[in-house]
Amino acid sequence: MQYLKKYPKLFQWLFLLIVFFALCFAIEVPETYKFIRGQAEFVKDPNQSVYFFLGKEVRYYAFDVFWRLPPLLGWLPIWINDSLFFLMNEWMPMEFWNEDTQEFKTRPLLLQISRNLTAFMTFLIELIREILLGGLETIVAFTSWDFIDAYPWLELPGLPWTIVAAGAAILSYKLSGKGLALFAGLTMIYISVFGQWKPSMQTLSFILVAAPLSFIFGLGLGIAAYKSKRVEKALYPILLVMQTMPQYAVLVPALVLFGVGDHAAVIITMVVAVPPMILLTILGLRAIPPEVIEAGRMSGCTNWQLMLKVLIPTARRDILIGVNQVIMVCFSMAVISAFIGAKGLGFNLLLALNQLNIGLALEAGLCISLIAILLDKMSLAWANKQTDYFGNLTFFQRNKNVIFFSASFVIGIILAYVGTFIFKGSFNYLFEIPHNKGISTADFWNTGVDWIFDTFFVYIKAFNTWLIQDVLQPMRGLYLRMPAVATLVLAVGAGYLIGGIRSALVVAGLTLFIALSPWWDRALVTLYMATFGVVISCLIGFTVGTLCFQNKKSAAFMLGVCDIFQTFPSFVYLIPVMMLFGITDTSVLIAVIVYATIPATRYTIEGLRSVPVGLHEAATMSGVNKFQRLTKIEFPLAFPHMMLGLNQTIVFALFMVIIGAFIGTEDLGQYILKALSDKNGAGIGLTLGICVAFIGLIFDNLIRTWVGKRKKHLGID
Amino acid sequence: MSETVIKCESVYKIFGQNAKKMLEEANGNVEAKTFQEKGCIVGVNNASFEVAKGEMLVVMGLSGSGKSTLLRCISRLTDATGGKIFIEGQDLLELNNKELIELRRSKMGMVFQSFALLPHKTVVENIAFPLQIKGTNTEDSINRAMEMVKLVGLDGRENYFPRELSGGQQQRVGIARSLAVEPDIWFLDEPFSALDPLIRKEMQDEFLRLQDKLQKTIMFITHDFDEALKLADRIAIMKDGIIEQLDTPANIVLNPATEYVRKFTEEVPREKVLIIEDVMDASSKDNLGDLKVSKDEIIENVAEKILTQEKLVGVVDSNNNIVGSIKPSKIIDTVFGGRKNGN
Repeated sequence: MQYLKKYPKLFQWLFLLIVFFALCFAIEVPETYKFIRGQAEFVKDPNQSVYFFLGKEVRYYAFDVFWRLPPLLGWLPIWINDSLFFLMNEWMPMEFWNEDTQEFKTRPLLLQISRNLTAFMTFLIELIREILLGGLETIVAFTSWDFIDAYPWLELPGLPWTIVAAGAAILSYKLSGKGLALFAGLTMIYISVFGQWKPSMQTLSFILVAAPLSFIFGLGLGIAAYKSKRVEKALYPILLVMQTMPQYAVLVPALVLFGVGDHAAVIITMVVAVPPMILLTILGLRAIPPEVIEAGRMSGCTNWQLMLKVLIPTARRDILIGVNQVIMVCFSMAVISAFIGAKGLGFNLLLALNQLNIGLALEAGLCISLIAILLDKMSLAWANKQTDYFGNLTFFQRNKNVIFFSASFVIGIILAYVGTFIFKGSFNYLFEIPHNKGISTADFWNTGVDWIFDTFFVYIKAFNTWLIQDVLQPMRGLYLRMPAVATLVLAVGAGYLIGGIRSALVVAGLTLFIALSPWWDRALVTLYMATFGVVISCLIGFTVGTLCFQNKKSAAFMLGVCDIFQTFPSFVYLIPVMMLFGITDTSVLIAVIVYATIPATRYTIEGLRSVPVGLHEAATMSGVNKFQRLTKIEFPLAFPHMMLGLNQTIVFALFMVIIGAFIGTEDLGQYILKALSDKNGAGIGLTLGICVAFIGLIFDNLIRTWVGKRKKHLGID
Repeated sequence: MSETVIKCESVYKIFGQNAKKMLEEANGNVEAKTFQEKGCIVGVNNASFEVAKGEMLVVMGLSGSGKSTLLRCISRLTDATGGKIFIEGQDLLELNNKELIELRRSKMGMVFQSFALLPHKTVVENIAFPLQIKGTNTEDSINRAMEMVKLVGLDGRENYFPRELSGGQQQRVGIARSLAVEPDIWFLDEPFSALDPLIRKEMQDEFLRLQDKLQKTIMFITHDFDEALKLADRIAIMKDGIIEQLDTPANIVLNPATEYVRKFTEEVPREKVLIIEDVMDASSKDNLGDLKVSKDEIIENVAEKILTQEKLVGVVDSNNNIVGSIKPSKIIDTVFGGRKNGN
């Protein structure tokens, strides 16, 4: 009784667990139940039950409702799909003037809008691509094919790579200094020399279109949300879901709406990249001291003047951090959207992985990572750069960067021209090194992979078998063995104990959605893989973080490492694990662990760092040793922040699990991948994406609620 | 008194939902406590006063007393819930957005506690900001801003960014910015509170020098009673949104209206605040000794001289006419006695 009074929460949790396990044991697995394939499969079978809702037929295998809930939401994907189809092909037919055939044509409104949007995006991408690589689409867009036949010299020649490299270096120098300039120059030379110039510039042109557009939309919507509570309320749930939605899942509806190609990729990238921009814009504007706004008002600013001259410049840093985020998302999407036909490094990477040509994949992955790191550093340098004063500088000082660039422009052209004489008859290496004509290290890597396989095959295989047979399979079995009702009780109970009725209801809603979808078993498999990844990542991350924290230098170093790793597009992580472990669940899980360890480590260090110095001193004066200080003071105070790290770890792990479907898993991601090649896949893909997002949101809700309460309790904010 | 510039008639500011309705129902009898129970917070409670041209009204109160809220009602950074505010006879609350912006651009300047400078603009650009907002061309506005830079003594630092300046220097920029459009009305919201004591004193002296030169109509907010006494023509003391007393510094020190005000005056060195006129006896002008003192002298400066006298000391005005007298013992009473008798 005494303990009961002292730790009421503990006993509540114990009670919850007892109920959970009792339910698990009490509810038998039905004999006819086939795991994974037990539920709706959309194949006709006389044993299936059928129901109709909104005119959609849903077939499913009925089981005891305590064991598995019937897929009452099974109509949703079909309905979404049919609605999209209807909107695209039948809704609001209108007459539109067709430029090519010179006549009016009847088309549904949405289709026309989508076509116009697509044409516009394609034009933008082509424009930038042709500035970088040369071509004639842009000229043709303004004139005609006959025109370009008559004047073939109008074709854009493209910039020699030397000029682009010099431009990148000069811009880096202006933003940050010599170090970054050197890095920029070397990166560009590397890309060029190793024959990745063309795909790299294709990727870059994609990003140079997607990032600014995402920035403009994100900023606009962020400002709108800042100004109007109503807009914010409307945007908030979308932002929340988009934060945990796997990027994969948005690809599928985009396919239906915008077709295949770079333009669709740009649009879908915007969908993913705009939410973080909105969040950071709101954050930045909210952080402006109210007195600065009042000062603006008292100076007689109109609303426009206040926004453009006071608010946005003052929130500049947060907004530019948003730009940084946008660029990172764009890189991630540049790879993933290769699935819907975006050209560039991502496409090459995907192709190479498909052919199991690890060497080629590694080259493409390295290139995209280098460019990502470069743009990340450049945008961060821009964010942290203070405004300069130019008033009393000479003309040369003011314009030296422009002058330098002009000079290198001229020199680059001269070099390219000279190159035509040096490399007569072969490729002009001073103009553009064609794809695969540079130095290739692919063979070297492939030999290396073969060697590793030959040498360590036995060990790797043994490890693999052990992990799969003795750890993963039993764990997977346990997760699948959970009756739906037991899972629901556990989730709702946890919600109630952590956040009261409100949390319980939110968690119940989210869990029910997944349980009533046709993919409960797959969701459980996703959950098992994510759990495994998260547990190991947290163990590694918390340990490494704590160890690195002991020394200021190592902490800073580790944070730097985290920064760089986080910059890699998520897909790149699959390359080395496939190299070592081939196509197995182990590969996916190791990729998950590596990827999810980043936030675990980062938040541990940041959390420990955020413990006030005064407390350190107070603790030292009380005579604690290092270990006592860690356990008695630093951990308890840093714990809320570390839990936020756990939250991020879960989101990262889920992302990677879903991407891991590319290697071949049995979870929700596999279905999303399947939906990509299914012409009726839009609804399925979207619903699956929402399921994954909801798994993330369940944990997000629980952890955030707990952290909020804990922080209030500790009085830190 | 000369013409009235700011005039408030029972101004209320109540935060919370249904504030307007509740104020109407209260019928002029606003109790902070009952409002709070219904989820409303009373910021300003029935404030009525006038500020004459060229006068400096200091509003003094502790944090949460509603002094800043009152200032924001008068500058209409927030809309008052009830009552009327007139600026040079114009009803402030009736102005539309355009007229309000016009009024701020031409008549009002404001200085903030946390300086509120724009971080991306240099000193001179910050000062020129209100002019550029108004549409003045770049050359004129920069020239004008440079004049202001000189006025506040920041020559040579005009191209610095706010982040490169000390607190005192930043506030000089804030002051210069608020004066750039040559406003008639000058609002200062705890301008010196964020500064070190030494810098604060220096800035107060500087401020008095500026006011001597410019003769603006001023509302000055502070939580520092000494600062209020030093600067003010009149002081309004606020507590829980209510103006407890509005009077000249001398009258507040000599006749505190409420217990709350008296607590502030207790620690005040009277001899530094009061002038001879405040304590003289205007009725008896006979039997005077040889010493004469001016009625505008601060007591501290002449106390020693008076205390050496045995006879009555004559008090003269600027034309050397005798207007009253003062007993040496009265000085002792003023300095030491006032603290004990509260009534």
